[in-house]
Amino acid sequence: MHPARKQKLMIVLFILLGSMVTVGLILVAFNEGLNVFFTPTEVAEGKVEAGQNFRIGGMVKMGSVVKEGLEGTDIEFIATDTNKDVSVRYTGVLPDLFREGQGVVADGYLDENGVFQATQILAKHDENYMSAEVKSALDAGERKQAEAAMAAGQTP
Amino acid sequence: MIPELGHFALILALCLTVMQSLIPMAGAFTGNVVWMQLSRSLSSGIWVFMMLSFACLAWAFLHDDFSVIYVARNSNSLLPVYYKFAAVWGAHEGSLLLWVLILATWAYAVSLLSRDLPIDILARVLSVMGMVTTGFLLFMIYTSNPFDRQLLNAPAEGADLNPLLQDFGLTVHPPFLYMGYVGFSVAFSFAIAALLTGRLDAAWARWTRPWTNAAWAFLTVGIALGSWWAYYELGWGGWWFWDPVENVSFMPWLVGTALIHSLAVTEKRGVFKSWTVLLAIAAFSLSLLGAFIVRSGVLTSVHAFAVDPERGMVLLVLLLVIIGGSLLLYALRAPVVKGTSSYGANSREVFLLLNNILLVVSMAMVLLGTLFPLMSEAIYGEANKISVGPPYFNILFLPLMALVAFFLGVSTFTRWKRTSFSHLRQQLTKVLIASVSLGIILPLLITMQIKPGVMLAVALSLWIVIGLGKDIMDKTANKVSRIAGLRSLSLSYWGMQTGHFGFAVVILGICLTSNYSVEEDRRMAPGDSLTIGAYEFIFEGVEERAGPNYMADSATIQVLKNGNDYLTMHPEKRRYYARGDIQTEADIQVGFFRDLFTALGDPRGEGAWVVRIHYKPFVFWIWLGAFLMSGGGVLAILDRRYRTRVRAGSAAEKARGDRVTTGGEATV
Repeated sequence: MHPARKQKLMIVLFILLGSMVTVGLILVAFNEGLNVFFTPTEVAEGKVEAGQNFRIGGMVKMGSVVKEGLEGTDIEFIATDTNKDVSVRYTGVLPDLFREGQGVVADGYLDENGVFQATQILAKHDENYMSAEVKSALDAGERKQAEAAMAAGQTP
Repeated sequence: MIPELGHFALILALCLTVMQSLIPMAGAFTGNVVWMQLSRSLSSGIWVFMMLSFACLAWAFLHDDFSVIYVARNSNSLLPVYYKFAAVWGAHEGSLLLWVLILATWAYAVSLLSRDLPIDILARVLSVMGMVTTGFLLFMIYTSNPFDRQLLNAPAEGADLNPLLQDFGLTVHPPFLYMGYVGFSVAFSFAIAALLTGRLDAAWARWTRPWTNAAWAFLTVGIALGSWWAYYELGWGGWWFWDPVENVSFMPWLVGTALIHSLAVTEKRGVFKSWTVLLAIAAFSLSLLGAFIVRSGVLTSVHAFAVDPERGMVLLVLLLVIIGGSLLLYALRAPVVKGTSSYGANSREVFLLLNNILLVVSMAMVLLGTLFPLMSEAIYGEANKISVGPPYFNILFLPLMALVAFFLGVSTFTRWKRTSFSHLRQQLTKVLIASVSLGIILPLLITMQIKPGVMLAVALSLWIVIGLGKDIMDKTANKVSRIAGLRSLSLSYWGMQTGHFGFAVVILGICLTSNYSVEEDRRMAPGDSLTIGAYEFIFEGVEERAGPNYMADSATIQVLKNGNDYLTMHPEKRRYYARGDIQTEADIQVGFFRDLFTALGDPRGEGAWVVRIHYKPFVFWIWLGAFLMSGGGVLAILDRRYRTRVRAGSAAEKARGDRVTTGGEATV
């Protein structure tokens, strides 16, 4: 083969190999790093299996935060989208903006009892700032509730 | 009155930038020297009015003029005076003003310092910068004017600066970051000018390099400061979260790093020309993309600028015009700028190209990870919300950087144009043996644990460090004395080695702190203690303490080292009066080999609190390394060849092209 062609072939092969490795790595990485977001209603509808990692978002229900009587740094609270509730359990230090009646986003998984075991509670910088995820979750929850109320009203 | 002056100055600056974008460019096309000359005075005029405008806003902050809406939202009469000044760029409108001021400053600096530049190139460069400035000024005046007033019912007191921003970190982080972002506009404008004229030679690369190095050095420091700020101010003890806003600052850095290396090849060897131009366009485009993502709020991030969809749209249009226009120009004109010399398969050019590709691939995967949630939402609909977490980035980024580090070590010993394999083998065998064996033995001896990841990272950083040490020894070996030899090396050579050394230090810091940190979150009652290694932390309780504009729960933690008194730490939980914001203030004892980090969580009754105690070895090295890298960039700028007056044009270019680069000259 002509040396120049040989060199070009080598380059092409090199690029091909490199891009295959990259694509493979990207697939593996997506598998590991992707977090799908679910609302409490979706969790209540059984869209998530126990043990599967996902991200949940909603409002911290008023009066639902429990610290007393728990081990160490454990904390329990209820995340709600006003339609359905999910119990959340977390061990560790809470972000500054975590409080009742405020939006919350958490990473974790459901255990066998349907309790969300949070591995991380996400903090937001600003008090008035609500993440787009939480906002749409709350909107969807309210819509569902309104639909349920309508349905209940029509079939008494 | 003063805020109106500021507003007026902005509008005058806009008028001047419109002239700047039209007149010198027209002059360059028609050969009208007077029109081209106008670019210098216009750039100084723009700078003066931007300074004036900035000073007016600063005046409004320092004098608590709450009739200015922006001031009322982001300041408070109780705010300490240095934070009042920093609050000027504490939110969207003011930071945009700072952004444009910095853009004007770069343009002014170019007009002052580029006396060797042919006037037709200078006119085009400044004109392109004028166009960018026009876009941003229009955006600011129409959608985000910091001087908007509320004269009726002006509030008596301001809403205060976000407490997270009341910190030294805020004072310095954004200006450095913007200097970096905006600094790439210089390289961008040079690239556009080169495409317009079709002249892209070694002289062009030599003019562009110092500016690009400067922007890159600023960006490096800016990102490092941001990471440091997150580490001690956010109170989570982490220093990088792969948050969208961090990512968008990191992407221009990755491309900028590729760009400064590619520019080196273009200057030394006259190849990679269109690649260099493309990188210059990409670096600035990514900076703009960053601005768009941060300010439009399309992505969920910890950085919450006041979000406004209308602003997002305007920015998007601006972005499309600038990026689309420059890429179109590139597509039309790139064939004009072709490489002029050849190189072998085993040459420094090839290794630099490899690392360039790796850096761009890294950028692409960060971009994919950052924008993927947006793409998935666009494709699968609103309900399908996805976020991409740190595992994605770590899995992809770490192997890529390992490859970069490996090739970096090799390329130190390669020569331009062609290197024989036997030469490389001879140079590298000892370095390879030394770094691999030390990389395995050192972690094993010190920790008595086998962690392959740590061994690989240690070996790679030693690979770089031993390699560059050997290179310095080789280069000075044949001189009269070592000292004379060291002196004969050029500053740009020292810059390269310092930068690479810094990279090795960062690798070590990241690897060691990720693998050997001890992080404990504990419920502690007064008298409780926790032992980590040689340190014993005794929690003594929490007391109230009043600050200038906040009330704090201040904890006292006694630290013993090997049983002896060592230090007292006071992590705090602050409540700011004006907004009622709660803010964790970590207490950190910084050390060269380890940091001790304490932060206060929430109270758990009977005087007990949740306390976060971290022992973080080598975390300081991450920022130390970043500053070394940046210092490398600065050293390279100071190199003599950028200061000697080289007569531009074909004669000088020809002379350079004929000269074979040797020794200290043959640097990156």
